[in-house]
Amino acid sequence: MARAFAPKVVTANDLLEGDVIYLTADDRWSRDLREAELITDEAHAQLRLLDAQRQVDKIVGAYLADAVAGENGPEPTHFREDFRRTGPSNYAHGKQETSPQPRA
Amino acid sequence: MYRYSEFDKAFLAERNAQFRAQVERRIDGSLTEDEFKPLRLMNGLYLQLHAYMLRVAIPYGTLNSAQMRQLALLAEKWDKGYGHFTTRQNIQYNWPKLRDVPDMLDALAEVGLHAIQTSGNTIRNVTADHFAGAAADEIADPRPYAELLRQWSTDHPEFQFMPRKFKIAITGSEHDRAVIKAHDIGLQLVERDGVLGARVLVGGGLGRTPMIGKELSDFVAFDDLLAYLEATVSVWNQIGRRDNKYKARIKITVHEHGIDAIRAKVNERFLQVRPQFKGADMALLEQIKAHFDPPAFREGSVASFESAFSNDPVFRSWVDTNIAPHKQADHAIVTISLKAHGQTPGDATAEQMRVIADLAEQYAYDELRISHEQNVILPHVHKSDLPAIHARLKEHGLATANIGLISDIIACPGMDYCALATARSIPVAQQIATRFDELKLEHDIGHLKIKISGCINACGHHHVGHIGILGLDRAGVENYQITLGGDATETAAIGDRTGPGFAYDEIVPAIERIIETYLDQRESPEETFLQTYRRVGMAPFKAALYPEARANAA
Repeated sequence: MARAFAPKVVTANDLLEGDVIYLTADDRWSRDLREAELITDEAHAQLRLLDAQRQVDKIVGAYLADAVAGENGPEPTHFREDFRRTGPSNYAHGKQETSPQPRA
Repeated sequence: MYRYSEFDKAFLAERNAQFRAQVERRIDGSLTEDEFKPLRLMNGLYLQLHAYMLRVAIPYGTLNSAQMRQLALLAEKWDKGYGHFTTRQNIQYNWPKLRDVPDMLDALAEVGLHAIQTSGNTIRNVTADHFAGAAADEIADPRPYAELLRQWSTDHPEFQFMPRKFKIAITGSEHDRAVIKAHDIGLQLVERDGVLGARVLVGGGLGRTPMIGKELSDFVAFDDLLAYLEATVSVWNQIGRRDNKYKARIKITVHEHGIDAIRAKVNERFLQVRPQFKGADMALLEQIKAHFDPPAFREGSVASFESAFSNDPVFRSWVDTNIAPHKQADHAIVTISLKAHGQTPGDATAEQMRVIADLAEQYAYDELRISHEQNVILPHVHKSDLPAIHARLKEHGLATANIGLISDIIACPGMDYCALATARSIPVAQQIATRFDELKLEHDIGHLKIKISGCINACGHHHVGHIGILGLDRAGVENYQITLGGDATETAAIGDRTGPGFAYDEIVPAIERIIETYLDQRESPEETFLQTYRRVGMAPFKAALYPEARANAA
């Protein structure tokens, strides 16, 4: 039997700012993982990734990252994604510097 | 100190204008990321975990005060107020915005700095002994030759799309401070019958397949050296493996073909290449040499130094660790530690950069060096100025007396910044430094090099650390492997793995057990960690690290 599909979010870096962004269900890019669309269907995930990769003038390096449903939205399952949604651990820079702002 | 010619200035201005146009075309959508990526990498612009990163070359680690001030300006104006000095004598800015990068490059060009070939499959920044031009044990200053190599390799038409990146390091001393045996080509200046030349090593490198460089030639006179190096890179460019990224570096080519076969091919190619070098390179080298004339060393009494050394224990401790012998007996080489306990190795704030620039201008004949060990050097200081320098450094958190000690750790940016990393390095370095500072054991432990990499690519040189730490991702959890007995000097060696790795919260206690074992095993306080390890071997360290294994075996 095939392994169950692990839920995903579509994530990338913003072209101009370079920071981490997530694709929302209503086709925005958010700075906040909790606003991301949590995708539980594999075929839908591939379609959403294609939707993202088409936006070459806005984003860089879109990919599917594992996530799980949390109380306030998707949460990371791997420490790399945990760092990406927060910032570095040696300075309070990156997303931990300011509360994540939703972006059009 | 090399000063740009009109040609250099025009070349750089044109390159920067081209890149500005490329950035505009990326932003307006005329270039895709696939098209833009090789262009931005050629100009030192990476995209990392949280932001873009601009890597600026500090050729052979040499800066003047104006350049250091400009680096401070970039940090303040376009970044978050600091820069990170790397193990290849570069500085990295971790937070630039894409639109700002062309302005940053123009600002760098104003002081003769650039980010060209700090990435990509090209010949990278040529690194050198950070005591170059000042060391008491040096045959000649290697930097004029390094500058010649910079000019030769920059935009070299044959070497822009090689199988992989290519790194050259050069030293003028027998005692190797430039890790030449872990570079694709390592050059050691030697003199034979009154003729200056270089011993050429090839095929060294760290990464997933660490190798110590092998001797390609024991002596190539300067007259022939550029042709010989061109022949070497050319041979590899043709036969190096392009089918597999992990087998593309010249160390694998040398390993697969054998050093004798490579030497034969290089010699054959050299005969073809040599006639193209008609002496213009030597004429250029002569011109370059004039830029590196030693300063007019001032004379004066060193009595104030002697008195401070006798009366101020904090100053004495700093002198004992951070000062190295200069070729002029009344001068000294000062290493400014960027490893304050608990801080990020290699980071300097804009303010610290300005203080360092001021000190260089006021006391050090306007010269600075950046070391691959992520510290800053004032290469020429009259000893009577040391107390004043120390006092200024203290005011700005720059007077840590720990050069060559356990907290003088090399650490790559790791997963706090790097997109390739598999685990964090910086917090491990911070915790080790803090822990041994608390234990007040640092000076008792003595000479010890800890080097930490956050992935197998080994930017943190872990293989050649006396204690090496490699951060990996084991089933979704950070895990740290330890190696012992590595050596980055002329007696270079790759460290041996102790055994299974340690979790993030176990790695500092594991290092503590290694140190306890060393203190217990050493024959005297004079016997360094590396000497003890070479004498007693792995067994006692293994027993301390894995007591359960011993219990199971019993």
